[in-house]
Amino acid sequence: MYYIVQGLLGFIAVSAFGILFNAPKKALIPSGLVGMTGWLIYIFIDEVSGNPILSSFSGAFTIAFIAHLFSKSYKMPMIIFSVAGIIPLVPGGIAYNSMRNMVLSNYAVAMENVVLALMISGSIAMGLVFAEIITQLSSKVIGRLKTKP
Amino acid sequence: METPDYELAVECCLLAGRLMMESGAETYRAEDTMDRMANSQQLTESQSFVTPTGIIFSGTKKKPTRLVRINNRNTDLERIAAVNAVSRKLANAEINLEEAYIELVKIETEHKVFPFWIQIIAAAFASGAFLLMLGGEIMDVPTAIIAGGIGYAVASMVEVKTRVKFFAEFLAALFIALIATGSVSLGLGIETDKIIIGSVMPLVPGLLITNAVRDLMAGHFVSGLSKGAEAALTSFAIGVGVALVLSF
Repeated sequence: MYYIVQGLLGFIAVSAFGILFNAPKKALIPSGLVGMTGWLIYIFIDEVSGNPILSSFSGAFTIAFIAHLFSKSYKMPMIIFSVAGIIPLVPGGIAYNSMRNMVLSNYAVAMENVVLALMISGSIAMGLVFAEIITQLSSKVIGRLKTKP
Repeated sequence: METPDYELAVECCLLAGRLMMESGAETYRAEDTMDRMANSQQLTESQSFVTPTGIIFSGTKKKPTRLVRINNRNTDLERIAAVNAVSRKLANAEINLEEAYIELVKIETEHKVFPFWIQIIAAAFASGAFLLMLGGEIMDVPTAIIAGGIGYAVASMVEVKTRVKFFAEFLAALFIALIATGSVSLGLGIETDKIIIGSVMPLVPGLLITNAVRDLMAGHFVSGLSKGAEAALTSFAIGVGVALVLSF
């Protein structure tokens, strides 16, 4: 039940972001689905491992992978499907906490949060790049297999 | 096949690259699109250097190199898709250079975005959904919806008026924090922090941050660093806006 509600919320949030980013109308629902899957993977891995860096990486990896599949079938750039999807993974809450602690002069806590936010955004980018490299490699390999007699 | 018009080909590549960078495409995609278009017009020695603030493009060794400035940047995915479709058609020789140029100009001038009120509603719903996704209370949802909608409206209106993005984001964050603290002190909301985080999400430069790290990994150091600087300034503006209210 929890996952159904979370998935629905993720779908709404990501499609709404698609509107804010002016995505093409027929890409709104696919990008919502991409975001939903990414978010579900994120909360699942987060619950299992309790490590926000690992869960952000897996979420971003899933998003980029599914976005790549959609971009093949819709013949649109991959970024259209992946951009809105990664928004829920962005460490907004942690960045907020670091800012808040900085204002309250808790510099040690603030720096801890800053570093964590940087690590998470780095892991999101790593997830995206890894998925892209793997899909590129696999399409090359498949292309080579097809041309071979 | 007749030799293509050099001037028009370069003009076409520059327009496509500029439109892509103005809409928030990745740097490598803009360079790739320009090179593909140039190759299809027999400019096989073309070199493009794309940064978030300008594009340098040279078609052949003998003709002069061109430079184009990029002044405003936002996220517009439909435009990226449209420019991509034109470059794909040109590379496959489905349309010729004149038709491609006319289509690109059409994309620049006649491009439609979602109406403003739909954008505000979308921002409001996204804020409400984020509040619940981050584990907030159901009771806080109306406040987050109102704060998120007003915040986004303020940010876009002030940006149109003043042309300073950071000031617009600062004001929007200020409004959001005021609404959140106000509603909590009136007893309408419970958790100020969660309301603020949820409502600020439509302003957060998530695309910029990830694109910056990606550009750095792909070896586009100039674009990566400048996008990172823009993202850092934007989050700083939001943070200061929120912090100003919280420090009282």
